[in-house]
Amino acid sequence: MNALEVTGLAVRRRRSWVLRDCSLAVPAGRVAALVGPNGAGKTTLMHAAVGLLAPARGGVTVRGQAAFVAQDKPLYETFTVAETLRFGRRTNDRWDEEAARRRLDRLGIPLGGRVGRLSGGQRAQVALTLALARLPDLLVLDEPLANLDPVARHDVMRSIMAEVAERGLTVLLSSHVVSDLEDTCDWLIVLNGGRLQVSGDIEDLLGGHSVLTGPAGASAAGCDVVGESRTGRQVSLLVRGGPPPDPRWNARRPGLDELVMGYLRSPASAALPAPAEVAG
Amino acid sequence: MIEFQLDRGSGVATYLQLVHQVKQALRLGTLRPGDQLPTAREVVESLAINPNTVLKAYRELEREGLVAGRPGLGTFVEQGIAGPTLADHHRLRRGLEEWVRQARAAGLDEEDLRALFGAVLAGSAREGVA
Repeated sequence: MNALEVTGLAVRRRRSWVLRDCSLAVPAGRVAALVGPNGAGKTTLMHAAVGLLAPARGGVTVRGQAAFVAQDKPLYETFTVAETLRFGRRTNDRWDEEAARRRLDRLGIPLGGRVGRLSGGQRAQVALTLALARLPDLLVLDEPLANLDPVARHDVMRSIMAEVAERGLTVLLSSHVVSDLEDTCDWLIVLNGGRLQVSGDIEDLLGGHSVLTGPAGASAAGCDVVGESRTGRQVSLLVRGGPPPDPRWNARRPGLDELVMGYLRSPASAALPAPAEVAG
Repeated sequence: MIEFQLDRGSGVATYLQLVHQVKQALRLGTLRPGDQLPTAREVVESLAINPNTVLKAYRELEREGLVAGRPGLGTFVEQGIAGPTLADHHRLRRGLEEWVRQARAAGLDEEDLRALFGAVLAGSAREGVA
């Protein structure tokens, strides 16, 4: 069962396409990482997923309710945390005040404190609490860890993971830092220049690719090469599937960062499920 | 109760690290039959990892018959690994400590110790002594 389905999505801004022909599905209960360089269309895809913009073509289906936290975590600086909660309660039909208060209390964030006085990590937690109070089935987070120190990053990630464990929530989050996603995400979406390059289960993707290193003359015939890099006499390849017959290659499983970088450096390569799988 | 730790640079898959740590605790007797493993929520709240990773580790342990999930209650240790040898642990550990002391006195460093221990272990496995 999919929590999010995107089919043939295209978004145009003025005269250029920000997203082109994107089709993907995220199964329920997954934590999906959306990665790509600046201007790849990540934020646009997230906006389309939560219904903040109307696509030129294609469509988005969310199973249940979606909640979105924007990158700049827009909160009223002069409000207290309690006033921020009250505002959320008035503007949302679905609202779990009890859970929101319990969450803030557990995090040690005082209800009487002014939002403008909170630390970056606390503001991120307040924004997250507001989104969770709306009892979403799909939580969409645009760069939730940006501008946070390492301790706050870890704390925010811990609390997102705890919500996933407790409520079986599906999460779609974007990040620039692949190492932040390594142990937290189990689904990968790579977007590059408005096009989808990768969408799939991280374990399957890592298991389905190899990093080959070998001498410059080694033959990669019979191999599906994603990208390559050369240093002096050594060549390093990211390939789909196992190693080619040439015994001079040394093969190993890629890390998540190697997989992501391999695709981003070769925008023409793609690892996507067949259209029928997305539709199913 | 076991508290999991992660070695992020080790290259060992996260779920396997959890599996190994449970087995290690069973061998050392710090986890015993009837003990409860932490819930997925507890583990992810301390380590900031995906809950599916914890469930995968627990499924693996369950498959090996070491733990069992009880619906609505949690995951519990079914059987230890050490079994009857647990009583010998103390004596063997003292012997090993004495061996480490002698090796250090002979000028071996930690890497030498590991190499020597590993070589003897591998040798005894080949001879079928172990």
